[in-house]
Amino acid sequence: MDGFPILSVMLLVPLLAAMACFLVDARTARMVALVATLIDFALGVVLWCSYDIGGAQWQFVEKANVFSGFSYALGIDGIALTLIMLTVFLMPICILASWESVTKRVSEYMAAFLVMELLMIGVFAAQDIFLFYIMFEAGLIPMYLIIGVWGGDNRIYASYKFFLYTLLGSVLMLIAIFWMIQQAGTTDIPTLMQYDFPASAQTWLWLAFFASFAVKMPMWPVHTWLPDAHVQAPTAGSVILAGVLLKMGGYGFIRFSLPMFPEASAQFAWLVFALSMVAVVYTSLVALVQSDMKKLIAYSSVAHMAIVTVGLFAFNVQGLEGAMMVMLGHGLVSGALFLCVGVIYDRLHTREINRYGGLSINMPKYALFFMLFTMASVGLPGTSNFIGEFLALAGIYQISTFVALVCTTGIILGAAYMLYLYRRVAFGEQKNADAAAMPDLNAREWAMLAPIAAAVLWMGVYPESFLAPMRADIAALDARIARAAPESDSQLKIGTPTGKIANEIAHHEEPGEEGAH
Amino acid sequence: MDYNASFALVRPELLIGISSLVLLLIAAWGEEKSARLVSWLAVAVLFVAGILLVPTLHDGAVGPQTQAFGDLFRADAFAAFAKALIYLAAIGCLIVAPTYFERLRAMRAEYPILVLLATLGMSIMVSASDFLTLYVGLELNSLAAYVMASILRTEGKSAEAGLKYFVLGGLASGILLYGISLLYGFSGGTSFTVVQAALAGDMSTGELFGLVFVLAGLAFKISAVPFHMWTPDVYEGAPTPVTTFFATAPKVAAIALTARVALDVFGSQADAWRQIVIFASLASIIVGALGAIGQQNLKRLLAYSSINNVGFILLGLAVANAAGASAMLVYLAIYVAMSLGSFVALLMLRDDAGNLYETFADVAGLSTTRPLLAWALLMLMFSLAGIPPLLGFWGKVVVFQATVEAGMVALGAIAIAASVIGAFYYIKFVKVMFFDEPAGVVTGKSGAGHWAILGICALLISPLGYLLTPSLGDLADKAATALFPLM
Repeated sequence: MDGFPILSVMLLVPLLAAMACFLVDARTARMVALVATLIDFALGVVLWCSYDIGGAQWQFVEKANVFSGFSYALGIDGIALTLIMLTVFLMPICILASWESVTKRVSEYMAAFLVMELLMIGVFAAQDIFLFYIMFEAGLIPMYLIIGVWGGDNRIYASYKFFLYTLLGSVLMLIAIFWMIQQAGTTDIPTLMQYDFPASAQTWLWLAFFASFAVKMPMWPVHTWLPDAHVQAPTAGSVILAGVLLKMGGYGFIRFSLPMFPEASAQFAWLVFALSMVAVVYTSLVALVQSDMKKLIAYSSVAHMAIVTVGLFAFNVQGLEGAMMVMLGHGLVSGALFLCVGVIYDRLHTREINRYGGLSINMPKYALFFMLFTMASVGLPGTSNFIGEFLALAGIYQISTFVALVCTTGIILGAAYMLYLYRRVAFGEQKNADAAAMPDLNAREWAMLAPIAAAVLWMGVYPESFLAPMRADIAALDARIARAAPESDSQLKIGTPTGKIANEIAHHEEPGEEGAH
Repeated sequence: MDYNASFALVRPELLIGISSLVLLLIAAWGEEKSARLVSWLAVAVLFVAGILLVPTLHDGAVGPQTQAFGDLFRADAFAAFAKALIYLAAIGCLIVAPTYFERLRAMRAEYPILVLLATLGMSIMVSASDFLTLYVGLELNSLAAYVMASILRTEGKSAEAGLKYFVLGGLASGILLYGISLLYGFSGGTSFTVVQAALAGDMSTGELFGLVFVLAGLAFKISAVPFHMWTPDVYEGAPTPVTTFFATAPKVAAIALTARVALDVFGSQADAWRQIVIFASLASIIVGALGAIGQQNLKRLLAYSSINNVGFILLGLAVANAAGASAMLVYLAIYVAMSLGSFVALLMLRDDAGNLYETFADVAGLSTTRPLLAWALLMLMFSLAGIPPLLGFWGKVVVFQATVEAGMVALGAIAIAASVIGAFYYIKFVKVMFFDEPAGVVTGKSGAGHWAILGICALLISPLGYLLTPSLGDLADKAATALFPLM
């Protein structure tokens, strides 16, 4: 793959397709968007296959000095690779999800989604801090339109809130970026990641970045834009929002806050822990009482993201790997759950839980998929979220027993609200005739849900495929932040390795017994 | 320096001055029929005048060889940069005007001539290196502008705008003159060099008063808060092509003039005026943003938007170094493209009969009835709000970068947080066009001239515009260096 600018091509394909969408009618626009996202997915697979695990830290590097003050620099490491994969995997599914439900202004809708894809890949692939910021911020425009034009009844309020909240968070980061560029004399992200900023300045820089990423993440108490945006956005908008956009906050922490300001990260770890603990318990309880399915899943996203932040600030390999795995797993599972809601919303045009009931009778296939994703959201072993949550909580346990204790209740509460949701929707008696008459999944919906189900199980059964590319990068990050790691209160006593595998069963054969016969 | 050399330096001004007189003769004999011809000839004159600027701008001309007529006039790179922007903006305004006036049967050949005279005045303003040259240029510009504001003399609104502009402009000129007279009295000269020398070292109270009055007079001209109150009224009342002109060219001239006076003449007393400029800057950003929120009329909205933008430009001035001046010029260039584009887009909001619409209610659902226009306006609004990847973001970046690099981090943080307030009404504009039900009043077709100007502006502020940033930054740096010859 030497010399082939695959990342640029992955950016170019959706851009050209978006422009093409403006020129064609609705039917063609759908096809153009689907084909473009599938091409990008194929390119993503090529990218994954040709990524050299254990090779250079930054691969597929491209650089062109065409702008004043910053350069067009792309390149990925393992962390960015997995998130790009998540993006290109979810995009064709989003297009499929909007195939029939979006009927007005289809061309513009598809163009907005393709531009979103371009910007999301750009965020993860940018190696220049300005380029990153441009991609990060520019996502506001298509998302604002997606929520505002194709959203639900209260879409205007939701779109304003989404836009202004995230904008206010980001502009402070911009000021911090200027200061860093002046101090370090470069806009190159890999160089900045190795630059040691003075500890006193780190405090302010960290807070400025935190303002942006905490809103994006979203962390309690600045999460309130999320339920509104989710509920009002069209199904595919929710999938992209939950699946990929929220990951930008986590990516920001792992790419900027931690490696660039290790001391400040340690200094503020308690703040992150405190907010995350509140988020886990509070938003889980809020989720429990929701009557709107989308809102329930939105609140559960906030709780899951809190596990991510806790894992990130655990300052150890398990925590970081766990956080990444939760991000990937949650991207798939919450996306799939929104799709499940979308499937029945398309049929009955309501998200009220009470309007449904007993769907397992008339929609058994649907109920099966919904069950799988519900279980995955709860963190059942064998599904993707188990791996991530277990690692993240194991990581935080090494730092603080108390935080681990509180956050683990999130799993229990998660089981409570998800199973409660599932019982009300899929089990029980068929309360409403119209809900009972709904047909089961069609081929298109199968094509949307089956790949995600496969990925969820793959990630749960063989997570090594996903952990392997980022292992070296996580280790490098861990080495970088180790000097600032907060003291552990768990006082783990690490035993001496036995030299045998962990689950080896020892056969004690007592000598001489045979001779007794 | 002999007269030949001096005349060589003022070639663009000579060209514009003589041409406007010749065109006046054509207009006198050709009457109404010649209006279009005069208009296009004026465009050609400005274009040629702009080409004459290229060597100065390219070489970054600075120093004694740029001084004409015994240092009354400086044709340096800074002036050339400002003039280039002024000419381009004026060309844009000339191209879009005829369609508007012809519908009202009010297209007079005097209009392009007034634009030329105002441009000549601005040209002199930005090149001034003596307070008297400054005043002559300023008044030449202002007098032409007063007439332009009330050119639709049968319409009450236009006449009212002209009168308001005249009275408040006269007041501003008075304040400015009073400041100049104080400076003259305490320094013994009107030349920038003399005043600058007198201000070095300790400043007397009289000189401080002079400085404050001069800056207050100039703040009127750039419509910075607290001297902004005329802007919305004049912008709303004046015919839209004239408003387009007011929002672009004279703004550039007044800001360039302010920068030269502040950084050159008052350069040694930066600490004395910096607090004034910082206050005006933050106040403009906040008042511009808050004032716009309640507006229903789009022209008033854009007036507040221009107040808001002036705040950001003044932020670059407050830095008071070459980097700040360069950032200011880059922002100014991008601002011209954005406001020219937005006002031209307003000119295109017409029905079949050609009547113009200019309130929020009229543009509702524009994206379904006139998609191309709506998307262009969307780009312009997001660009004005400073959202990447549009070029308006780059303008904010350079200004804030200069602020942070000069160590004024807190100022930058406050200003950028205030810019979020401004984002609210820009996205409201987009909301009305894209989310609301179509009002269906904007149905008319627009002329090729309008589309061309709008297309060029939209292309400039699109992400492609970033490819221009290296050369734009380079030119702005050369221009800014001309203000700081010693550095």
